[in-house]
Amino acid sequence: MGEQAMGAAIEASLFLLMIVLAVVIARLRSLFAAAMLFGIFSLLAAGMQTMMDAVDVAFTEAAVGAGISTVLFLGALGLTTSNETRPLHHRVIGLAVVTATGLLLAYGTLDMPAYGDPNAPIHRHVAPHYLVDSSAEIGIPNVVTSVLASYRGYDTYGETTVVLTAAVGAILLLGGFVTRSGDPDRRDGDGEGA
Amino acid sequence: MRETIILRIVGKALVPFILLFALYVQFHGDYGPGGGFQAGVIFAAGLILHALIFGLDSLREKVPPIVVEVGIALGALLYAGVGVVSMLMGGEFLHYGMLDTHDMAHGQHLGILLVELGVGITVTFVMVAIFYAFAGRSRQ
Repeated sequence: MGEQAMGAAIEASLFLLMIVLAVVIARLRSLFAAAMLFGIFSLLAAGMQTMMDAVDVAFTEAAVGAGISTVLFLGALGLTTSNETRPLHHRVIGLAVVTATGLLLAYGTLDMPAYGDPNAPIHRHVAPHYLVDSSAEIGIPNVVTSVLASYRGYDTYGETTVVLTAAVGAILLLGGFVTRSGDPDRRDGDGEGA
Repeated sequence: MRETIILRIVGKALVPFILLFALYVQFHGDYGPGGGFQAGVIFAAGLILHALIFGLDSLREKVPPIVVEVGIALGALLYAGVGVVSMLMGGEFLHYGMLDTHDMAHGQHLGILLVELGVGITVTFVMVAIFYAFAGRSRQ
């Protein structure tokens, strides 16, 4: 019981910190500070996912959200400006839209099964098969890896292709690997028109 | 930033451990949390940390853009290749059990190791490619 109470206390404080951070980020004009706080927000989200026993997801959140995204945000800021311009519309409109969307999403969760409910539909379809038979069929202890790489290997193949496409898109849109020092004999120096 | 001696020393000491940790996450993904995607991101984060401290050109020398371009495709090709090989062995696309005809579970294990490696390679180089695309672009 004490352990449960401590878990609830940690979850509550993580939630509270995330809310405070979200409000602070929304009010900040300095995009540099906002990018840094986004990283911390991601780290808190990773802590939250760890509390929910979704360690693989938390791992990804920490590595991508707190690590790579922050660097890319800073890279983007280096290309533009690090201060937000005055908003075009009144802030009340934005607040109203966000509140309405949030309330709709919260309303949507009312129909969902309770958190951790063993009789939820998602736990009654293929999940028992994965949990019971995967060690005999695949022979590795991490069921998440078994599901992602083998049972749903085709999905993961698609996701890898998506990641590849993202890089191709970034290279094409941002004009290839243009160098700041402008070395003329670089092999990818051609085809960059502008 | 590049003249800051503390950053240089700490960064130089940290980068090898970050890369090693990425390899651990890659190959320990069967037993603990992690896998190709996380490992790729961590490996790329180590490389990007190097670029942030020692400059973009230093990383370009060690990981030239041609290596990045080839690496992006190589990982996905490895993944698809495992699928095609399992077809040639008489199974369906990505049916890893066929990779070892005597022991299906061993074939599964081998297949997962290879496709996760493919994911890891692609994700590493994709992250570096996006970083190159952002950081290498001069301000207009």
